[in-house]
Amino acid sequence: MTATDTMPDAADRRSWAEWLDGHSGRIMVLPAVIVLLCFAIFPLIISAYLALSRFALAPGGFTLKFIGLLNFRKLLVGSQQYHLLGKFGTFGFVQFALLALIAAGLFFLLARYLLRGRPTVVGTVGRLLATAMAMGLAVLALATMAPGGVPGTVVNTLLYVFVGVSVQFALGLGLALLCGQPIRGRNFFRVLFFIPLMVTPVGIAYTFRMLADMQKGPFAPLVRAFGISEWSWATEAWSARLMVLVGDTWQWTPFMFIVLLAAIENQPRDQVEAARLDGANGFQIFRDITWPAIAPIAATVVLIRLIEAFKIIDLPNVLTGGGPGLATESMTLHSFISWRTQDLGGSAAIGYMLLFISTIVCVSFFNFVVRPARRFEA
Amino acid sequence: MRVGAILAGVSAISALVGAPALAQDKPFAGVTVNVITQTGAIQEPLQRRAPEFEALTGAKINVIAVPFSDLYQKILTDWASGTNSVDAGVFAPQWMVDYIAGGYLEDLTPRVEADKDIQQDDVGAFFRDFSEKYNGKTYMITLDGDFHMMYYRKDVLEAAGLAVPKTWDEYLEVAKATHGKDMNGDGTPDFGSCIAKKRNAQSYWFVTDVVGSMTQSKGTSQGTFFNTNDMTPLVNNDAFRKALDFLAESTKYGPPDELNLDVSDTRPLFASGRCALNLDWGDVGTISIDPAQSKVMGKWGAAIMPGSKEVLNWATGKLEACTAENCPHAIDGVNHAPFAAFGGWGGGINAAADPKVKDAAYAYFSFMTQPAQSNADVTVGGTGFNPYRTSQLSYSDLWEKAGMSEEEAKVYLGAINDSMSSPNMILDLRIPQNQKYQQVVLDEAVSRFLAGEIDKEATVAAVEEGWNELNEEIGKDEQLKLYKATIGAK
Repeated sequence: MTATDTMPDAADRRSWAEWLDGHSGRIMVLPAVIVLLCFAIFPLIISAYLALSRFALAPGGFTLKFIGLLNFRKLLVGSQQYHLLGKFGTFGFVQFALLALIAAGLFFLLARYLLRGRPTVVGTVGRLLATAMAMGLAVLALATMAPGGVPGTVVNTLLYVFVGVSVQFALGLGLALLCGQPIRGRNFFRVLFFIPLMVTPVGIAYTFRMLADMQKGPFAPLVRAFGISEWSWATEAWSARLMVLVGDTWQWTPFMFIVLLAAIENQPRDQVEAARLDGANGFQIFRDITWPAIAPIAATVVLIRLIEAFKIIDLPNVLTGGGPGLATESMTLHSFISWRTQDLGGSAAIGYMLLFISTIVCVSFFNFVVRPARRFEA
Repeated sequence: MRVGAILAGVSAISALVGAPALAQDKPFAGVTVNVITQTGAIQEPLQRRAPEFEALTGAKINVIAVPFSDLYQKILTDWASGTNSVDAGVFAPQWMVDYIAGGYLEDLTPRVEADKDIQQDDVGAFFRDFSEKYNGKTYMITLDGDFHMMYYRKDVLEAAGLAVPKTWDEYLEVAKATHGKDMNGDGTPDFGSCIAKKRNAQSYWFVTDVVGSMTQSKGTSQGTFFNTNDMTPLVNNDAFRKALDFLAESTKYGPPDELNLDVSDTRPLFASGRCALNLDWGDVGTISIDPAQSKVMGKWGAAIMPGSKEVLNWATGKLEACTAENCPHAIDGVNHAPFAAFGGWGGGINAAADPKVKDAAYAYFSFMTQPAQSNADVTVGGTGFNPYRTSQLSYSDLWEKAGMSEEEAKVYLGAINDSMSSPNMILDLRIPQNQKYQQVVLDEAVSRFLAGEIDKEATVAAVEEGWNELNEEIGKDEQLKLYKATIGAK
């Protein structure tokens, strides 16, 4: 009796343990998934509903009236189009030539994939989406920068993302290559170059606001000495954008620098020394040994910065308040101003468009740059 | 009865300021009141006087300070979400309408009526009847009297043989004549006019200063933002176009980075002697008498905002010369419409707070506004509080102690009195979602105009279309009803 009674229990326990063992991976991940659902996915769903609604205060609380795509329509083709997309100028020869060049480049990349590679359905759809997005953004940038045009917050954001990240990468790589050399005091330079990253973005913004003050800033006497007393960077659209880019570059170059320095220091030393013995010059060593070794890390660090750069808000908000006009306003600042003035639906709609653009750009970058770079290293 | 009894107790204790050792009765012992306001000025007096109040009443005042740009939304989020971590706030009366719409703001009428020590009769009529009230009920306690005035350099104007400007045209003439002169002896050229024109700051209020002197001439209840017949924006007309011209022209005589200056930049500029003319709230006066900040002590003056000799015919959209009929409040043929921009900081209480906490919060605001405290606070630049009581407009030991000469007081307090007693003062826009009308549509359009992104006609169109769109979205009839109610239009 005893044996027959206990045998099923033991079998149950064994099967339960086996089940647990078989699903241990999923079970271990479950708490993280629940946390993610609560703190990331749930707000994403709520904000999607918000983007399709109009918020209003009402006695005892607030109301959310479902209005479909009206918030998006207002931003894309309605009264707020000038703000998000900008004011379109007149296309001239230069704009047409640049557009043709971009279109030819994109068409070439697409054709090469379809004709030379082994196209898959997912790969083709992804490339078509990326190409359409790239073409659309290129048209938007060219049209709003053409004579008579005024860039909106989308183009301003793209400027901060692509120009800013490119400059930061170039400077970070240059500094990393310098500090990777056996020079005296390189540890001091490493710490020095790293400091801006430690400062909070708002702190950087206020610091730059003080530094760039044309009336009482530390450089004011110098500027006056050059006879520039009737001009200010803050009143011209491009100089104001440049100032935001300078501040952003000052803050984020150290991030590029520190990661790339680590990658450079991990490159195969034996190959570098062998190349030197064979008489290779610095450029050849960089091209054939250093770059292939650091390419995957470089691509990854650029991807991280791209994601971060899309969210720029502190610098334009503190430095210029988004002005002059709309010249320095990023999409995040645009969304923040809408939120601050109770337009929660409009704010969420802008946020979703930013999410859409940044996701396609970053996923495309991952697929077309980061993954090939990893394969290149392999 | 309970509220009245507590107030009577607090009032009696308040009368003993300066002799706290005698205060035995502490009606709010163990009560903590979380009061939110902006960082810096305004926060300073609230924080400084909190221990005094605690010693008198036992209530602990916990001042939460956030940047001005976040204040409106912080309060709204806290109260609308039901978090209610904020028991009371010191904020703009403009925002009151949104908070009342949600039912978040406590009606203070019975408390104020039962409180003799608050001395409401001493509070300027404009603040008592407009800033504190909505639909006839009192929701806020005024702690600060905010309206725009013009500041000028007496010595610079005298040296140039120029009179104090009374109209906007004269303002531009004086600005042009003085621009480029060295006004503080540092060897560098200074500026004819300093106005805060930064986007997302205070610039949109200065547009209304100019427009209002042409659109509103028959008293506060006429209004300056919308036609009270049909809620049509008063924008597509010659007054608004002339105001845009004024802003563009005055920029030529301002600092080169004027489009990126807010009042925290223009105030030190005026105090350091770099501006011949300046438009601002009353704070510039108290900063200009502060020896630690001012290089213009004894050299400055203040006046009611310039006006216009022409006013708008609302029907035709054209400007017409002032007459006794269309400008009944004109002074020497000039229609002045001092603008209660922002409307002065005031205290409001969360309706969902604990009753005892509400009583303590009211007692604190009452304490802050009583002449024993406020008459001293308005003389100090760092407080951010400007005069709003009649008793604050006469020269006293407090003003003398603050560093103001009798002659300066005569000019500064006289200018405040002229503005405060004007029957044609402009009430700031106080309809639901007013921030969208002003901080988004108006501010953006004017900023784009000054930056050269759009021309004058496009600016007029942007503001008119933006305001009409908001009217339609929110409800034109309801907005019209509320607009008329706030300005007291029939």
